[in-house]
Amino acid sequence: MIVFEPLIAPFVEFEFMRRALVGCLALALGATPVGVFLLLRRMSLTGDAMAHAILPGAALGYFLFGLSVGAMTIGGLVAGLAVAMLAGLVARGTLLGEDASLAAFYLISLAAGVLLISLRGSQVDLFHVLFGTVLALNDAALLLIAAITTITLLTLALLFRPLVAECVDPSFLRTVSPLSPVAHYGFLMLVVLNLVGGFQALGTLLAVGIVILPAAAARFWSRTISGLLLAAVLVAVCGSLAGLLLSYHLDLASGPAIILAIGGIYLLSLLAGPEGVVTRRLLHQRHLQA
Amino acid sequence: MIELDNLTLGYDRHPAVHHLDATIARGSLLAVVGPNGAGKSTLLKGILGLLRPLQGEVRLHGVVRHRVAYLPQQIDLDRTFPLRVDELVSFGLWHRVGALRSLTRHDRTAIAEALAAVGLNGFAGRPIGALSGGQFQRALFARVLLQDAPLILLDEPFTAIDTRTAEDLLALVRRWHGEARTVIAVLHDLDQVRSHFPTAMLLARELVAAGPTAEVLRGEHLFRARQMAEAHDERAPVCRRRAA
Repeated sequence: MIVFEPLIAPFVEFEFMRRALVGCLALALGATPVGVFLLLRRMSLTGDAMAHAILPGAALGYFLFGLSVGAMTIGGLVAGLAVAMLAGLVARGTLLGEDASLAAFYLISLAAGVLLISLRGSQVDLFHVLFGTVLALNDAALLLIAAITTITLLTLALLFRPLVAECVDPSFLRTVSPLSPVAHYGFLMLVVLNLVGGFQALGTLLAVGIVILPAAAARFWSRTISGLLLAAVLVAVCGSLAGLLLSYHLDLASGPAIILAIGGIYLLSLLAGPEGVVTRRLLHQRHLQA
Repeated sequence: MIELDNLTLGYDRHPAVHHLDATIARGSLLAVVGPNGAGKSTLLKGILGLLRPLQGEVRLHGVVRHRVAYLPQQIDLDRTFPLRVDELVSFGLWHRVGALRSLTRHDRTAIAEALAAVGLNGFAGRPIGALSGGQFQRALFARVLLQDAPLILLDEPFTAIDTRTAEDLLALVRRWHGEARTVIAVLHDLDQVRSHFPTAMLLARELVAAGPTAEVLRGEHLFRARQMAEAHDERAPVCRRRAA
């Protein structure tokens, strides 16, 4: 039991640790499947850009109502969706590609957001918005994350087949079904929702970490879509647990500790996963008969 | 029947193919030929409704647009996606299972039969990324088979595949023609067109000729098509041409 005590005691003793764990587990269940699809659609950097894009909305909510979960969430949602739509419109209507237009919008958003917060708040508030406060998740924030996870899992279940079809062969989906725009915009909506959920715990800069890193790590463990989804969730759960414990025992900032722990699993997967560098090199030394 | 009425299709106001008037009869086996950039693939996208006409229209008679089967060029698909061959082929049953219904035993039998029909027995569980170009094309043909569509559009179906695969897949095309389905294929190999396609349409950004293959692929038409392949011109004046 002595071995388990450092692993369990922090959560038994402290409510804020239990809340942080519940928040991270809910995020792991909802945000990582979204990350898997972002990765498979080659939109990892789009996720990063959209995470930055929610900042001015959240900042405006903060500017008007202070550190209110509701105001910052609604502001973040509106800003994230607006930037996603505007970037899409600019990409389709001009010579600028979607990546460049997203980069333009997110840089403007990031600067506007930081400016808005610094107009009213302190360095602490800025730190809160950029890097989150996973150890101070209140009921409203936890309920919000849980609701977003529920919506995400239900929507992904409904849109799973169209999403896969759109990833592999977008023109096929457009020819057989009117669901192509539903899948596309529904998915973008889920990305923004989960970034807003992640923002409560990890801030605008780190929220995308729990979305993308587990998905990237999962790529080294499985070659099937269901295997990828399962592996990504497991990586996020283990990383969150490890990050929270590290931050507790070593007195580290909890958000960065969680993302670094997931990053550690990513590096381990890169080396030792069945599809990782070392395993593939070892396997490839002896070829098969057919 | 498909009617192309003064159809102009293009990208960013520049026409890829313009002022096209043609009628394609139900049950036709039609090859669409022409030099690179002639607008052949663009025409297929216009018929599918993937591209909105800059001018004119496409009228489909007796075919619902969502029941048209389309085989895209392989470059348009993401073969790195972690999908099995049977999962890819199962998309051909979309008209039966839609986005939500799970596959029944009957559906799985149909998938196995389609894979057998294209010579991919035993490939069901393989990742699509592990298939060769020819095997992947066979899998896409299996998907078209399952779509059971009255109108089938094939974009360069025999490009970069070996002779044996091309012959097997041509046999499937002939079978569809025998079943009175309309098949339109974009092709480059004129000998193949002469041997297997009774009707042809020669494009060079506009219609050069359409009708029986021997008539369409005459030397003077092919020469004219080569001459008509124009370059994309940013300073091109606005086209004033009306329907014929």
